[in-house]
Amino acid sequence: MSVRVENLSIAYRTRAGEVRPVDDVSFSVADGEIMGLAGESGCGKSTLGNSLVYLEGRMRHLGGRVELDGAGLPIADGRAMQPHRMTKVSLVPQYAMSALNPTRRIGRLTTDLLRSHGVRDRGVMTEMRRRLELVGLGESVLDRYSFELSGGMRQRVTIIMSTLLNPSLLVADEVTSALDVSSQRAVGEMMIEFRDRGFVRSMIAITHDLSILAQVADTILVMYAGRLAEKASTGTLIEAPLHPYTQLLLASLPEVGVRHDQTTLTGIPGRPPSLLSPPPGCRFAGRCPFAREKCAGQQPPFVQVQPGHHVACWKVSEGWPEAGRA
Amino acid sequence: MSMLQIEQVSKLFQASAFGGDPTPALRGVSFGIGRGEVVTLIGESGSGKTTLGRIILRLASATSGRVMFDGTDIASLRRAGLRDYYRQVQGVFQDPFSSCNPIYPADRVLELIRGAYFPRMGRPEWRAKIESALHAVALDPGDVLGKYPHQLSGGQQQRLLIARALLLDVRLLVADEIISMLDASTRVDILNLLISLKRSGLAILFITHDLSLGHYVSDRTVILRRGAIVEMGDTVKVFSNPQHPYTRDLLAAVPELHKKWHPAAEKTQANGAGGVRTSTQDRYRARPLARRHKPRPVSAVEPPALTQVAEDHFVAAAET
Repeated sequence: MSVRVENLSIAYRTRAGEVRPVDDVSFSVADGEIMGLAGESGCGKSTLGNSLVYLEGRMRHLGGRVELDGAGLPIADGRAMQPHRMTKVSLVPQYAMSALNPTRRIGRLTTDLLRSHGVRDRGVMTEMRRRLELVGLGESVLDRYSFELSGGMRQRVTIIMSTLLNPSLLVADEVTSALDVSSQRAVGEMMIEFRDRGFVRSMIAITHDLSILAQVADTILVMYAGRLAEKASTGTLIEAPLHPYTQLLLASLPEVGVRHDQTTLTGIPGRPPSLLSPPPGCRFAGRCPFAREKCAGQQPPFVQVQPGHHVACWKVSEGWPEAGRA
Repeated sequence: MSMLQIEQVSKLFQASAFGGDPTPALRGVSFGIGRGEVVTLIGESGSGKTTLGRIILRLASATSGRVMFDGTDIASLRRAGLRDYYRQVQGVFQDPFSSCNPIYPADRVLELIRGAYFPRMGRPEWRAKIESALHAVALDPGDVLGKYPHQLSGGQQQRLLIARALLLDVRLLVADEIISMLDASTRVDILNLLISLKRSGLAILFITHDLSLGHYVSDRTVILRRGAIVEMGDTVKVFSNPQHPYTRDLLAAVPELHKKWHPAAEKTQANGAGGVRTSTQDRYRARPLARRHKPRPVSAVEPPALTQVAEDHFVAAAET
């Protein structure tokens, strides 16, 4: 087990009060696994992913532990985390590609980054050149400024920089989101390539876009309003999802080939509950067509229903009939 | 004759304040939009799709060519004429939060329309008009009236902005990436709303980079690359029988749920979690898509010529 997260809860300070976007979350990511972390805006996916590497000022560790390669990861202690960052765990934050310092060439940015982590080995820059070549960028990129590169190029550079020391875990937050389809594909394939070559042992790819995960991820974890809803292998989650939220979410995605005059897609009525005062039971109950009394009152546990397939839903774990299915 | 006719529109942007060769953002673009027709304008970033939308809304001017609305060149419109044009042609944009002033209630965008277009309308009559517009976009007046922008979801705000357009006698809506910031579960509702508005006669120019969204809503599709049309025509024809290599590459790169970019990857994924793939070498050979499309500077303003390949299906000659 490369990464094991147990009962992790993270609080996030907002102007209206403290919310808990990560609420008692447990899962693991195997060696060589690319796990997609999916969910809609505000569901806590970014807070969960970021908390494994860097707790922002507004984030607070409430409980639970994280294990990496069998040893505890001191995520609550910023200073103790520092030696782990970049060497063992690495993060590509959302919008990172737009945050590259425009006054430094890429090569200088990289050596600065390495130095801040105490790495002065020249061999690492040789590796950087090799990897730039590998993703089709060429080492000339090192002499260029970030604004001279396209979005897709900048995103690839950002991922190479974050994985230069071959971390065990890379958390990539929305790395394909602001890109055109052809660049999305290049970045997605690069992620698989880096895993295959062992540059990164395991990966958590955070995105709201399930169709990208269908291409890139081995497993997908779906979050809803701070809790885990479902985790399964990519094929199972997309072809045979069990959680009503996953089912409805997938049914609302237009695909090339679907036209309104043949198939009318439907969205999910309603909105996610406010995290300031979440409901006591299942958080999806208010929007769920199958919800019964129990759903509103009791929180369903996140349980394994088939090997590798976890779901948090009373309907699934208690085997309610499909009545009322749209 | 279409309601809106775009004729040989080109737009040059000055590269820098100190001269240098101007960059063509649009090169001789021509197409029309008929009444009640949804036309999708598809392009990657930098293709000129937003610039064209802005020219139609008179937020930018064309360097050459013209945009005709009901047979009148929109560049010639002044005061009353322009006001009448905006009565009929309105825009909705990508980021709903930046369309509303955060210190005023969100429905102020509706009140501003009253001040500009219906100053003499009585309060009850205005109220009824607002309610019918909100009803048309499936919003409950109680949910949105008097609320501040941050109290509304992105989907509600986009609906509110569409309702604002419906208060006027809008006949053409320019919708520029209006759902790319929305969550998947609310996106499709806005798409379905556009379709129901189209059925009641509204024409829509749907600008997007997302091919599957474009395919879902539109009657006709225009694919723009580096400022010029590479392929256009009936949506079903363009998507089912793409002729231009660029269109084919775009379609091949779209991530789909039930189809892999590489069929080889499906086998290894069936092994379940953590199954390490071995097809690294194949993947490498197939990859350099991004490189193939690395933008080269466009030297000529002259667009590639379009050829008709079928009824309502046109393809441009390949550009190097």
